[in-house]
Amino acid sequence: MSKMIMSGNEAVARGAYEGGVHFAAAYPGTPSTEILENIGGLYKDDIYCEWAPNEKVAAEAAYGAAIGGMRSMVTFKHVGMNVAADPIFTAGYAGANGGFVLVSADDPACHSSQNEQDNRLYAQHAKLLMLEASDSQECKDFFRDAFELSEKFDMAVLFRMTTRVCHSKSVVELGERVDSPVKKYERRADKFAMLPATAKKRHIIVEDNIIKAREFSNNCKYNRLEEVEGAEIGIITSGISYQYVKEVFGNTASVLKLGLTFPLPDKMLAEFAAKYKTLYVVEEGEPYIENAVKALGFGHIIGKEKLTIQGEFNTKVVSDALTDAAEKFTYKVENANIPARPPVLCAGCPHRGFYFALGKHSDKFVSMGDIGCYALAVNPPLNGFDCSICMGGGFSTLVGISRALKAQGDTRKAIGELGDSTFFHSGLTSLIDIVASESNVVAVILDNSITAMTGHQQNPGTTKNLMGYDTPAIDIEGLVRACGIDDAHLRVFDPMDQAAADEALTAAYEAEGPFVIITKRPCALLKEVIKANAGKHVKVNPDKCVGCKLCLKIGCPSMAYDAVNKKAVIADVDNCNQCTLCMQQCKLGAIEKVGE
Amino acid sequence: MNKSIILVGVGGQGTITTSSILSKGLIENGFDVKMSEIHGMSQRGGTVVTQIKYGEKVYSPIIGDGEADVIVSFEKLEALRALPYLKEGGVIVTDTREIYPMPVLTGETDYPGDAIEQLKAVVPKVIVVEAAKVAEELGNVKAQNIVLLGALVKQLGIDGIDWKAIVAKSVPAKTVDLNLAAFDKGYNM
Repeated sequence: MSKMIMSGNEAVARGAYEGGVHFAAAYPGTPSTEILENIGGLYKDDIYCEWAPNEKVAAEAAYGAAIGGMRSMVTFKHVGMNVAADPIFTAGYAGANGGFVLVSADDPACHSSQNEQDNRLYAQHAKLLMLEASDSQECKDFFRDAFELSEKFDMAVLFRMTTRVCHSKSVVELGERVDSPVKKYERRADKFAMLPATAKKRHIIVEDNIIKAREFSNNCKYNRLEEVEGAEIGIITSGISYQYVKEVFGNTASVLKLGLTFPLPDKMLAEFAAKYKTLYVVEEGEPYIENAVKALGFGHIIGKEKLTIQGEFNTKVVSDALTDAAEKFTYKVENANIPARPPVLCAGCPHRGFYFALGKHSDKFVSMGDIGCYALAVNPPLNGFDCSICMGGGFSTLVGISRALKAQGDTRKAIGELGDSTFFHSGLTSLIDIVASESNVVAVILDNSITAMTGHQQNPGTTKNLMGYDTPAIDIEGLVRACGIDDAHLRVFDPMDQAAADEALTAAYEAEGPFVIITKRPCALLKEVIKANAGKHVKVNPDKCVGCKLCLKIGCPSMAYDAVNKKAVIADVDNCNQCTLCMQQCKLGAIEKVGE
Repeated sequence: MNKSIILVGVGGQGTITTSSILSKGLIENGFDVKMSEIHGMSQRGGTVVTQIKYGEKVYSPIIGDGEADVIVSFEKLEALRALPYLKEGGVIVTDTREIYPMPVLTGETDYPGDAIEQLKAVVPKVIVVEAAKVAEELGNVKAQNIVLLGALVKQLGIDGIDWKAIVAKSVPAKTVDLNLAAFDKGYNM
């Protein structure tokens, strides 16, 4: 069979194909997104796949397919599992019909997340069989096998990854798709109708299933002993940490490499722990394995005592903590000025238009942000909002903070912003609370017609779906109106139109009761937008520019200040898409359109 | 002995495409290869770092401080930022291209225009390749990455790989001639 270099995410998609999956759902989230993108791109003839509005819906849709007899899967980033936790805990009790596998892509070091939560703890909590891969080959093989294991033990499976497993590429040997006919659906209210009487009975069954799975865990290919004769150090590890351990210790330590990590293989752990006086556990995040080994009575194991709970590991972290190796030589430039390069809103980004306008009214509002590209507006020069909590939080927090501001005599109005995809994810229920609670707040939907931050995934507001087929677009304005927002309390406009934005923000401040703003302009990076704007940009007329720098206040990465000539310049013509925001800022008409 | 290569640049410069082409070639040559990249905000003008390790057997996909044999930089400030990765005796291949980050655009701080001179003062082997300029002369600045790939491949000295065939397979059909010319320019610099 052929070999390919694949990321962990691509390998999981391949594993889904080879494992006979029929149904896959997800909400996009870094570092998990490419799994469903690859299924949609490569395997849609064999696997129905969709972007669901949020992770809970995705998990329920997939679980419905599993109850119906399909092998089914759901993927999300680690915080997405919090959203999906409700159905997952029930699936933990009810188990499978067709195999049911959840992928959690954790993000230690917060490369693109709001926390470092270690979702291995969910496995024990929700009673899910758990697999952890440490390279792309294992991603493909373990994921393929996960469905069989789910069916064998009648348990939902948590396939736990981390950023470095998801996004690192390594060589994978491909296999064939197994034949997995959809199982017959039969009414099983004793299993799937999770009322109290059922739940009590299922709890007994699932604990029994865990005992059987633990026995399997002690005798399976996923947990493997790499014993080195004469070695005095024993190391227990799993996931990506295994790679760092092997690189640092080579053949100087025995390694217990774990791949099936709930239920943990108690006998294997005890036998290994008893054998080595110097015993380490190398695991990123929480002391999950460490605590289990200690609970087995092996207090001499060293884990978090030497290896941090913070961030992610690499060979240096492991080597510094556990060996006497000298620090590696590095070159240094003394006192180097290395300006930070933070990610920024792109040239022509619609969000810049809204947040720039909001800045002009900053004395009137306390702004609550959300999760999406617009989160980048928090940085200078836009300083767009004060708080960002979670998906949908940009709206719901308004209900509380508006009352807190009023209670302390603060006359500013609470305003919250979220995008079209985030609105469908959980903003709609938040808006319902705003209306139902008659909160005197402003809710802003920044509609750029795509789920942008994660790389342009379709959402319920787009006219295509993950499989590339036409779908009906859900009407955001219609939903807002259906919640009871009337004309006097609604403004819909292009956020690059600063006059319209000013009028809307003034009206929003003066209005009583819930007020909604919808800005509509597609993401500047969408192919059709780039095509429509090809050749269009702006230039600064040096005869008119006096170097006042007003245009630089919008924080556009295409604009720069030429300190020699003391004029503004368009430094990056290629990415300027003639959004006109800088032109509207210039009081001297010094910025002109090119290629209209 | 494994080799470690770091490619650094700014979102949109094609570092990830370059890494993919390099990986394909190394695999065809029989090496075990691991490549690591961080997505998420790369399209939004942030620093992009991709890492490639190859050899007989590679474990960790991550390159730590003092571990890179070669740093290829698509932008000179990023070469300065990546310096701690370089191992003793390692090589820096860098473009002279300047892309101003937001704190420079807003006038908060100055761009280190002498980044290459600063590097040359401490690193014995710094190879300067005007890849963006060459690509622009060939007709499209986006071919900058393939010019740098040519220069890197020459530096690595791995023979027996038909790099141009891999480049041709990996770039959009319309840009094959441009990119092959870019590869030659980089290789022969």
